[in-house]
Amino acid sequence: MLKTMLKATVFAATLAVSAGAFQAPAFADVVYNRGSAAEPESLDPHKTSTIYEANVLRDLFQGLVMQDEKANVIPGAAESWTVSDDGTVYTFKLRKDGMWSDGSPVTAEDFVYAFHRLEDPATGAEYASMLYPIKGAEEVNTKKGKPEDMGVKAIDATTLEVTLKAPTPYFLEMLTHQATYPVSKASIDKLGADWVKAGKLVSNGAYTLAEWVPNDHIKLVKNPKFWDADTVKIDTVNYIPTEDRASAIKRFEAGELDSYDDLPTEQLADLQAKFGDQIKVGPYLGTYYYAIKTDKAPWDNVELRNAISMAIDRDFLAEKVWQNSMLPGYSMVPPGIEGYTPALAKYADMPQIDREDEAKKILEKLGYTPEHPLKMEIRYNTSENHKNTAVAIQEQLKPLGVEVTLLNTDTKTHYSFLEQKGNYDVARAGWIADYKDPETFLGISRKASGNNYSDFDNADFEKAMDKAAAAGGNPQERMKDLSEAERVLVDNVGNIPLLYYSYHDIVSPKLHGFVDNVMDVHPSRFISKD
Amino acid sequence: MLLYVFRRLLTAIPTLFVIVTLAFFLIRVAPGGPFNQERGLSPEIKANLEAQFGLNDPLWVQYLHYLKNLAHGDFGPSYNLPDFTVGELFAKGLPISVQLGASALVLALLLGSLLGTVAALNQNKAGDYSVIALATAGSTIPTFVIAPIIQLVFGLTWRLLPIGGWGDGAFVNKIGPVLTLALPQIAIVARLMRGSMIESLHSHHIRTARALGLSDWSVVVKHALRGAVLPIVSFTGPAAAALLTGSIIVETIFAIPGVGRYFVDAALNRDYTLVMGTVVVIAIFTIVFNLIVDIMYAVVDPRVRYD
Repeated sequence: MLKTMLKATVFAATLAVSAGAFQAPAFADVVYNRGSAAEPESLDPHKTSTIYEANVLRDLFQGLVMQDEKANVIPGAAESWTVSDDGTVYTFKLRKDGMWSDGSPVTAEDFVYAFHRLEDPATGAEYASMLYPIKGAEEVNTKKGKPEDMGVKAIDATTLEVTLKAPTPYFLEMLTHQATYPVSKASIDKLGADWVKAGKLVSNGAYTLAEWVPNDHIKLVKNPKFWDADTVKIDTVNYIPTEDRASAIKRFEAGELDSYDDLPTEQLADLQAKFGDQIKVGPYLGTYYYAIKTDKAPWDNVELRNAISMAIDRDFLAEKVWQNSMLPGYSMVPPGIEGYTPALAKYADMPQIDREDEAKKILEKLGYTPEHPLKMEIRYNTSENHKNTAVAIQEQLKPLGVEVTLLNTDTKTHYSFLEQKGNYDVARAGWIADYKDPETFLGISRKASGNNYSDFDNADFEKAMDKAAAAGGNPQERMKDLSEAERVLVDNVGNIPLLYYSYHDIVSPKLHGFVDNVMDVHPSRFISKD
Repeated sequence: MLLYVFRRLLTAIPTLFVIVTLAFFLIRVAPGGPFNQERGLSPEIKANLEAQFGLNDPLWVQYLHYLKNLAHGDFGPSYNLPDFTVGELFAKGLPISVQLGASALVLALLLGSLLGTVAALNQNKAGDYSVIALATAGSTIPTFVIAPIIQLVFGLTWRLLPIGGWGDGAFVNKIGPVLTLALPQIAIVARLMRGSMIESLHSHHIRTARALGLSDWSVVVKHALRGAVLPIVSFTGPAAAALLTGSIIVETIFAIPGVGRYFVDAALNRDYTLVMGTVVVIAIFTIVFNLIVDIMYAVVDPRVRYD
C-alpha cells in the first residue's frame, strides 16, 4: 500500500513538474519571447554589423540618442544637445541620473573612450565608418592620425563636445546606430575580452545580459539602474533565434514566440489569410538591385542599359516571385525618408507592354534580335528567391533578344567576386539603410565607394553629391541636391533598381507598442504584454 | 588487445595531422573570406579586421600558429561569433548533439534489431512485409519532411510536444529531434538485421542447434543473433560518428543549439577556425568509433583476434 502511494506521489510530482514546463506561474515576471531569424554575431557594440545585433544592443545600451517606437530620434544617454551655427560642433548634455548597470555614472569620458575604441584599428570595427564624420576619426581608423586629435572631448563629467569635419545633417541619425553606443572602460580594463560575457557585461540601457546560449537564446533582464526603469514593462526578454522560418511560424502559433522578425515570404498570402493583422508588412528602407558593369562593353552603352532595365516587369517580380513581400522599385532610394522625393526612372509610369515595345526598338536598333541575341550573365548569391527573380528576368528578356545565363555562387564567393571587381555583366546586390538618409543609398554609387559594384563613374553625379554635401547646413537644399544626384544616377542606369524591401513581422495581439516603421525598429522598452 | 588499442591510437595522430593540414589549406582555396558580405568593407577596415585575427600573416605562418595552438587544445576564436572561442562553442553545443545522437542511436539499434528479427522470423509473411514497407518508407522520406510533420502533428494539432527549442534540455524538447534522427536509422538497422538474421538462421550451426532440440527462443537469441549482429556492429561505427556530431537539418528545424549546424554554416561563412574545429571533432569521433567497432568484432566474433 505504502509502495503504491509512493508511486502515485512520484507520478503526480512528475506530472506536476512536466506540466510546469509548459505554463508560466501566474505571479511570474512579464516575459517576452522575441523570435529572430538569425543569431547576433557579437554583443560588443563595436564589433557588430547585423540588424540582429542591433535589436539586442538597442535593449542593452543607450547611445547619446536613441530611437523611439516609431524610429524617430529621441534623447538617450544625452538629455539634450545644441548644434553650433555652422553645424559642425555638437554639444551633448548627458543626463545626471545616467548609470551603468554596475551603479557607476555614465560620463562624457565613457563616450570619449568608446568613440576612440571604435576607431582604434586594433578593435577591428566593421562599422568604424559610422563616426567618420567626426574630425580626425577616419584618420585614426586608417592609421593616419592620433586619437588625441579626434574631435571628441569631455568638457566635464556630463558635457560632451563633438566636432565634425563638415556639417552632417544626418549625424544624429547615425548616432542611433549601435556602433556609436558607449562601453564601460572600467569593465573592459578589468575583464579584457571577457567583458562581453553574459553575467559580466556592464550596460547602460533598459536591460542587462543574463544568459547567452549560442543558437538557443539570449536572455535579457530589466536593469533596475536604468534611468527610465519605471516605464519599462517587460521584465525579461528572450531573444530566440529560429533560422527555419516555417518552424518559427509554428512556434509562434504554439505560443512559444510572441513575435518573429521574418516570414516564409513564399507563403505570405496564406499567412495573411490565416493570421490577419498579426502579420505586419510595410515599406522598409532597403533596395534590391542589379549592379551592371557600366565600364565594360556592351554595358557601357546607356541606351542598352536603359532598355534592359525598362523591359523588366517589376510588378511581376513583386507579386509572383516575392508574393508582395517586396514592392516594385524604380529608384535607388526607397520611399519613406521624410523630406526626400526619390527620383524614379522615367518609364516608371509607362504600361509594361509599352516599355517592352520601347526596349525592343532600342535593342533592334543596336542590332540585337531573338535571332542575334545579346548575351548577358546574371550572377546571384544562393537564395531561392534570388534564383526565382533571376529566372523570371531571364524569361522576360528572352523575347526581346536577350539571352540570359544564370550563375549562382554562395554569398561569400559572390561578394568577394564583386569586391575584387571581377569580370561580370550583371550581379545581384541589396542595400539596407544603416540610418534614415538618402546618402546611405546614393553614396554606394560614388566612384570611390567599395560598394560601387557597377563601376559607375559619372562627373555630373559626383558634382551633385558634392554639392549636396556642401549644402549640409541647409537640409531642404541638401535633399533637393541629393534628389538631383539620384536623377543623374537613375537616368544613366548606374544600377538597375528592381524592388524595395518590406519588413515582415508576425506579432501576437498580446504585445502592445510594436509600432510599424520604415526601419523595423522595435525597442523592447516601449513594448508591453498582456 | 591493450597493445592493439594503444597502437591504433598512436597511428591516429599522424592521420589527424594529415586531415588538419588538408582541411586548413582546402578551406583557404574557397573564394572569399570571413569578412565578405552584402555591405562591402573599405580596404582599411577589412585590413584592421584581418590583422585582428592574424589573417594578414603569410598562410604558412598562420598554419604553424594554428598547429601550435591546436597542440595546446586551443581552437582559436570564431570569426563569425567573436564573443566565443571555437572551444566554447563546442563545449556548449557538443553535449547537446551527443545527447540527441546517442539517444537516437540507441533507439535505432534496439527498435531496428527487434523489427529486423521479427521480419526474419516471419520471412515472406505479413509481419515481414509490414517491416519492409516501414523500413522502405523510413529510409526514403527525408528528415526535412519528417521533422515538420512531427512538429505539426505532435506540436500544433495535439499540443503534446514543443515545436522547437532546447528548453535547457527538457525531456519533451528532445522527443521530436530524437525521433527524426532515429527513424531513418531504425529503417536501416531493420533491413540489415533482417538480411543477416535470415542468413544466420540458415547456417549450419543453427541447423545443428535446432537438431539438438533447443527451444526457438534459445536458438534465436543465443545463437543466431550473435552471428547476425556483425553487420550492425560495422554499421554502428560510422553511424555513431555521424549521429553524435549533430545534424544541420534537425537542429535548424527544431532550433536546437547543437554543433551540427556549424559544419555547414562555418564553411559558408568562411569561419576558418570553426571549420577546423568541426573537422577535428568529426575526425576524432570517426577514429574512435572505428576503433570501438574493431574491438566489438573481437568481442562478438571469437574468430577475430588482434595480437
